[in-house]
Amino acid sequence: MSGLAFLIPIALGMGLLGLGGFFWAMRKGQFEDLDGAAQRILIEDEEDME
Amino acid sequence: MNAPVPLARLNGARLEDSRFTVPGMRCAGCIAKIERGLCELDGVEAARVNFSAKRVAVRHAATLNSRDIVDALARIGFEAQAVADNPLAQDDREARALLRALAVAGFGMMNIMLLSVSVWSGAAGVTRELFHWLSALIAIPVIAYAGRPFFASATMALRYRRTNMDVPISIGVLLATGLSLYETATGGAHAYFDGAVMLLFFLLAGRALDATMRNKTRAGIGALLSRMGKSATVLDASGTSRTVTAEELEPGMLMLVAAGEALAADGIVEHGSTALNNAMLTGESTPQFAGQGDTVYAGAINLGNAVRIRVTATASDTALAEIARLMDEAGQSRSTYVRIADRASRLYAPAVHSLALLAFVGWMVAGAGWYQALVIAIAVLIITCPCAMGLAVPAAQVVASGALARHGLLVKDGSALERLAEVDVALIDKTGTLTLGEPVPQLGHLAEQQASIALALAQTSRHPLSRGITQALVQQGIAAAAIEKVEEQPGQGVTGWFGDVPVALQRPETAGAALSTSLQIGADAVAIAFSDPIRADAGEALRALEAEGIEASIVSGDRAAPVAEVAHKLGIGWQAELLPDAKLKLLEDHMVAGHRPLMVGDGINDGPALAAAHASIAPGTASDASQQAADAVFLGGSLMPVALAVRVARRTMVIVRQNFAFAVLYNVLAVPLALAGLVTPLIAAVAMSLSSLVVVANSLRLARAAR
Repeated sequence: MSGLAFLIPIALGMGLLGLGGFFWAMRKGQFEDLDGAAQRILIEDEEDME
Repeated sequence: MNAPVPLARLNGARLEDSRFTVPGMRCAGCIAKIERGLCELDGVEAARVNFSAKRVAVRHAATLNSRDIVDALARIGFEAQAVADNPLAQDDREARALLRALAVAGFGMMNIMLLSVSVWSGAAGVTRELFHWLSALIAIPVIAYAGRPFFASATMALRYRRTNMDVPISIGVLLATGLSLYETATGGAHAYFDGAVMLLFFLLAGRALDATMRNKTRAGIGALLSRMGKSATVLDASGTSRTVTAEELEPGMLMLVAAGEALAADGIVEHGSTALNNAMLTGESTPQFAGQGDTVYAGAINLGNAVRIRVTATASDTALAEIARLMDEAGQSRSTYVRIADRASRLYAPAVHSLALLAFVGWMVAGAGWYQALVIAIAVLIITCPCAMGLAVPAAQVVASGALARHGLLVKDGSALERLAEVDVALIDKTGTLTLGEPVPQLGHLAEQQASIALALAQTSRHPLSRGITQALVQQGIAAAAIEKVEEQPGQGVTGWFGDVPVALQRPETAGAALSTSLQIGADAVAIAFSDPIRADAGEALRALEAEGIEASIVSGDRAAPVAEVAHKLGIGWQAELLPDAKLKLLEDHMVAGHRPLMVGDGINDGPALAAAHASIAPGTASDASQQAADAVFLGGSLMPVALAVRVARRTMVIVRQNFAFAVLYNVLAVPLALAGLVTPLIAAVAMSLSSLVVVANSLRLARAAR
């Protein structure tokens, strides 16, 4: 039974962490341009660019 | 976040943010080209492409105006247009709020389920009570946050003494939460927190899908909009030119209208002569000659040479404004359409509520205590809560609109799909809808060498006719000849040297209304004529519509002869020389006769008819007003998406009805269990998720419907 005292807060804490992460990502505009993110990986970096 | 502002002030240069739509970006290479190309421009600090919205946001010095950036993009090879402040912000905010609510409901559902599973598997005594209290602690804030969209909409409906889907949902959720709280406080065996939160999660998933679909199409259509007639170049007395918006134009100003631009106001030609395309305004397919002293109207597109026009009427006084007023009035009737989900809930909600009431009264009469009777009545409400119904419509519509988008048809919202499925007669505009609406050169008579010289000359110019030639020849796979010393004289043509032979692509000697250009190689001259051909698959698309039982006919503002010719070729009925209000009248006659007309058109003159029709579709090349009035927009040179739209819309409604039928069947099976008092939270949770999954799986079958 005493295990529950740890496991439940841990489960809740991890869930809240995920939720917080999602809210943060949304506010930072991570979902603004999903198709673009998929395309950008194909862009070759130019060497003279910083 | 605030850092750049003071920094910029120190440097003495104020920074501005501007947005541009760039419909032509298609790949990673385009993103790189645009971002790098703009960053090389003096005064640009940063450029960031949003590929999904086909936009680029540029942070630049205030000394640089949007015209410079559009020009810079044109040099890189992209057509662009400045956009006003984000017009989609409102819809965006709504979709974000739904996504946040969905995330919160998801979090709550997972944690409460975790606790519920242990209760179901036999936790008892203190542990069960502890778990119930924990569930309550999680569930109450989650329901308060994630339930807001439903509660708000239900209160709104009740205030106007109406009922919608959200009323039974809200009542079910609130009662289930209240009962569970009571059970928890009194140490009872059953708490329904899991059911209440799960219900919200599935319903929010449906709403979020719906909102995302709407935003995606709106962004797609937004990228097509505002290509014409929003601004003008005016010349002042000293001859310097500046750009002003259409609203700032005043009668008496002198506009300079370059080739390819649209007129932003009515006026009189003061200097020069040109051919104007009035198709947007009147449906007339043949370009009209406009010389000094002729009256010209806003919305016409200049196909020939740059002309100077003295403005006579602006904004609300133009010929366009009258059509806009007609459109406003015509759009009123459509707002009375009731969506299928709301029609279903009008039958459903009273039935469920009286059933729950009957259960309560029945058990009271049978001698159960008020507490047990209430528990059973609430169990009836929970198990019949329209979980599958909330998903039945959006799931099918989102899958269908996704499938249609892949075939080049953007449907604006679910209501549009529902109305498209009901049409039984089609009225189709000619110019720009059945035909391509842009001048296409007749190049069959050119020898290969002539063609390659024509391409080499044409590709250096941005004149609409040159661009038509370039496009056609590149499609044929012709390689450009090596031409030297290419020069363009505005209004005259392009000249150059092919080896030691002088070559030119010029305005023909005889100025007429019919569009043509003359290719000169040494002393030889070949004429290239332009025409507006019927879309290649128009006949096929009309047959496909016929197969759906929809009879199509042409309604055009063009003269009778060209309309009759096209109608004869396609084998359908026609009416010509219709003014905008005549088109509207024709449409209303159909509606009075009990038909549900589909209007397909592109011009501003089709606007009122598009707004009034039961459902309407516009091509991507249509005027802004028409695209905004239409329910759907199709892209590309094919007419087939129109027939496809109707077919997929009908298939969608079949699936939606299957989903409803399933939801009802499920209730018919589940309600006796609930009435008998046998529904535990476990059964409610399993039944709810199972029915939702079946509905979603059934809707996914639509992904193949557009093939």
